[in-house]
Amino acid sequence: MVEPAWAATAPVLVLVATALALFLVDSIDPESNRPRLLSGVAFVGALAAMGVSLVYLLTGVGVEPISLYGGQLVVDQMALFFQVIVTSVTAVVVLGSHDYLDSHAYQAEYYTLIMLAVTGMAVMAAAGSLAVAFIALELASLPSYALVAFMKQNKGSVEAGLKYFLIGALSSAVFAFGISLVYAATGTLMLDGIAEELTQGTELPGVLGVGLLMIIGGFAYKTASVPFHFWAPEAYEGAPAPVSAFISSASKAAGFALAFRVLVVAFPIASSGVQNALDWTVVVTILAVATMTLGNFAAATQENVKRMLAYSSIGHAGYVLIALAALTGTGDQSLILGAGMIHLLVYGFMNTGAFLFVALAEHWDVGRTFQDYRGLAEQAPFVSVAMTVFMFSLAGLPVGAGFLSKYYLFAGAVSGGLWWLALVGAVNSALSLFYYSRVVKALWIDEPDEPHVIESYPSALYGAVIVAAVVTVGLLPGLVLFDNVAFDAAAVLFG
Amino acid sequence: MMIELLIALCLLGAFAVFVLPDEYAPKAAFGISLVPLALSLYMYLTFDGTGNALLGGDIAFESQYQWLTLGSYEVSWFMGLDGISMPLVVLATLLTTLAILASWTPINMRQSQFYGLMLFMEASLVGVFGALDFLIWFVFWEAVLVPMYFLIGIWGGARRKYAAIKFFVYTNIASIVMFVGFFGLVFGLGDSISSLALPEIAQALRTDGALGSLGAFGADRLALLAFVAMFIGFAVKVPIVPFHTWLPDAHVEAPTPASVMLAGVLLKMGTYALLRFNFTMLPSIARDLAVPIAVLGVVSILYGAMLALAQSDLKRIVAYSSVSSMGYVTLGLVAYTMYGTGGATFQMVSHGLISGLLFACVGVIYNTTHTRMVGDMSGLADKMPVTAGAFVAGAFAYMGLPLMAGFAAEFFVFVGSFDAHFAYSALLTALAMFGIVIVAGYLLWSMQRTLFGPFRSETDYEVTTASLHDVVPLLVLIVFIIALGTFPYDLAFERVLDATEPILETTAASFGGGL
Repeated sequence: MVEPAWAATAPVLVLVATALALFLVDSIDPESNRPRLLSGVAFVGALAAMGVSLVYLLTGVGVEPISLYGGQLVVDQMALFFQVIVTSVTAVVVLGSHDYLDSHAYQAEYYTLIMLAVTGMAVMAAAGSLAVAFIALELASLPSYALVAFMKQNKGSVEAGLKYFLIGALSSAVFAFGISLVYAATGTLMLDGIAEELTQGTELPGVLGVGLLMIIGGFAYKTASVPFHFWAPEAYEGAPAPVSAFISSASKAAGFALAFRVLVVAFPIASSGVQNALDWTVVVTILAVATMTLGNFAAATQENVKRMLAYSSIGHAGYVLIALAALTGTGDQSLILGAGMIHLLVYGFMNTGAFLFVALAEHWDVGRTFQDYRGLAEQAPFVSVAMTVFMFSLAGLPVGAGFLSKYYLFAGAVSGGLWWLALVGAVNSALSLFYYSRVVKALWIDEPDEPHVIESYPSALYGAVIVAAVVTVGLLPGLVLFDNVAFDAAAVLFG
Repeated sequence: MMIELLIALCLLGAFAVFVLPDEYAPKAAFGISLVPLALSLYMYLTFDGTGNALLGGDIAFESQYQWLTLGSYEVSWFMGLDGISMPLVVLATLLTTLAILASWTPINMRQSQFYGLMLFMEASLVGVFGALDFLIWFVFWEAVLVPMYFLIGIWGGARRKYAAIKFFVYTNIASIVMFVGFFGLVFGLGDSISSLALPEIAQALRTDGALGSLGAFGADRLALLAFVAMFIGFAVKVPIVPFHTWLPDAHVEAPTPASVMLAGVLLKMGTYALLRFNFTMLPSIARDLAVPIAVLGVVSILYGAMLALAQSDLKRIVAYSSVSSMGYVTLGLVAYTMYGTGGATFQMVSHGLISGLLFACVGVIYNTTHTRMVGDMSGLADKMPVTAGAFVAGAFAYMGLPLMAGFAAEFFVFVGSFDAHFAYSALLTALAMFGIVIVAGYLLWSMQRTLFGPFRSETDYEVTTASLHDVVPLLVLIVFIIALGTFPYDLAFERVLDATEPILETTAASFGGGL
């Protein structure tokens, strides 16, 4: 426990404080760009937030959920677990951004936007009512639109930002409308209140069902799941690579945090009111299969590495959806949900690392296609080893923790009685090795058309990639420290 | 802690070599690889395990530490060796050292990466043979693919990229098929097991009634499906016809040292896993499917040998002959007799040494003549007598010349499979023996053309005497082959039998006979 109770929100407060501090630094000395100071403040802030949430998580804060502001915010182990994920991704991304933004204008704004977005994500993980959920979602989304369009001289970046914004606005509207329908059916916006109302059933099962479906649509947008995935390849490709890493790792994790909490707490599948309205596990199962398959097949046909990573990111959203789909009532519920959380933790590092490698390649002007990457290992062996680790770990080979987290997911699906879904996942995973290994092949095996000329080795970006790789590998044996934390954190949701 | 030390030494060595400049890498890698070799030989001499590690025997160099918990299943770092795995660990460390030595001449680009990968592969191989927990074992099993993918893809021949991807995707899909089959068994066992430790699972599967139903499948159907899934998964690695098509591509394109490792050790992973999983855990299914499996084995022997007969590239000849020789292992395993399973295990070691020798010889010949085509050379024995002698020795060992390892191994297998309890065992064994005739055919033919007669070379390169570091691996291998052929029982077969007999004890009665 922490005293006073509001101190449980310390990770969020640290993030807000960092955003304000960046404003302050920029106000005092607006003209000169101080890249080191700005990225330093942002990095320290993200690291501090991660440290606080990690300490809270490991010392057992929120084992007994701490309800704040009349239940609008709930700090429990699950919220802290996701705050660790989003803040650690942010720390790595900020570290990598330092070199990427070299001599770029508006650096203070860039880091501030990142900090505000991650604040929204941290709140998403702790939302106790649908109103807070919506506000947090918007707080996370609005800065992201600007971040995607950050390279305003670059046509692709602006176009990506616009597309992201338009689909985001549409999805927000769908999500808000869904909330209003649920409110109409239950008369409350509190998550536990909705669950309580639903135990007595509802007079408007149809309205509730449509509302729930629209809310799931909102989650699908935020996690880049089919059918709300269209923005993802464009946005990830057009955005600055560190921002792609940020959105595809942290934002996706936050979206899943919200989805896990809302669906499990407010709409428990065993409740008769939910059963009458809509069995959401069926919906999520369909989404999972469609998302995995579409993401992986589309990734296999790409020629551009960044786009391939974008589609593979959609595929990974599909894997995590297995954790929700398998909550059918049979099997150990907290084990299944915990598997999804572990995958998001591991994915946060390996996917961020992969996008930061792309950022490094962009920094070196080597281009973005598989062809451009040929022979890059010759010049940069250590980051190429790191990228190899990311690719094989994403594919589920046991060189990194990606193997173990996928194994948890598939085992969870089997214990939920959905062994065929685990099989679909395994087949998808085997297929993904084909396109992930293309990157590895390009780096190490293919000969370049002309030798790459690399003038500088940006230390922060280089370091960020290496750190991500070390954590990806280290989590394979080290997951023993986290797996029970994740399962216990998931168990909190099931009361 | 000995196995951990072995793996750690290889991994640290791999890292050290990877960061070294290219000019120091070959010698450093060789020096480093001597340490695990010496350690594994020391372990072999002080080996004190008895019985089969999976069936309640005393495990040598055992260590077990709790790692993860998955639901109700514990996963632990569980390592140990018995009479089956101990010789294979020595084989892996020996061949790695010799393959590194054999790389000095042919590998002349990106050397630190090459030798780093070789040592990384050594670590993974020791892990595969040492692990006694499924998840740990699977981690090492998959980790072997990664260095081999690079070895073929970077240092291979003209079609190396195609071969590397084919090898990688083919064997990875096989792994997933096997993984699904194995987990079918685990979930079918339900509460009968509390961990993924292989001994626990093997003993539970051998207990009547422990295996329950899973979903729509009853226990019998589940066991059958799991057996088939695991068999297919491992058969790709062995390779058993018709799952062998990746092998010639991979072998021919791989650089010689990688071919030595591929044929010498990697193929043994498949038969080792077949023995550990299929034949130890599900003996009754193996008995039911004995005839089809034995037929697959015999087809591999004869078809592989005939494919070898049809080749004119020395490396392809040796590659296809591996398909043939590994067929003997399959035949021996399915026999479920003392000499059958023991002989099959012995044949794994023996074939590892002999095929390693032949690939190394082909490599030396290629280094000096720059051709592997049988028709392009003649009379090499005049120019390179030591290599030629080694090639003759390897060929004779392959044909089963007495007092060499191949003879002992094949003899054990034939004795074992002749007495096997499945139908037509005598007929199938007789057919398999015919494989030796074909082996003699293609090996004598290729030796006659390449080594003897008047000297002729249709390449522009001058044929010189091979260097000392090229021929040393050949001689060391011949020493091992002759030693193992002369004293098979004392040097290895005793320990092997000790570990393979428990597999038969509980099942012999159900097969309608004693040992």
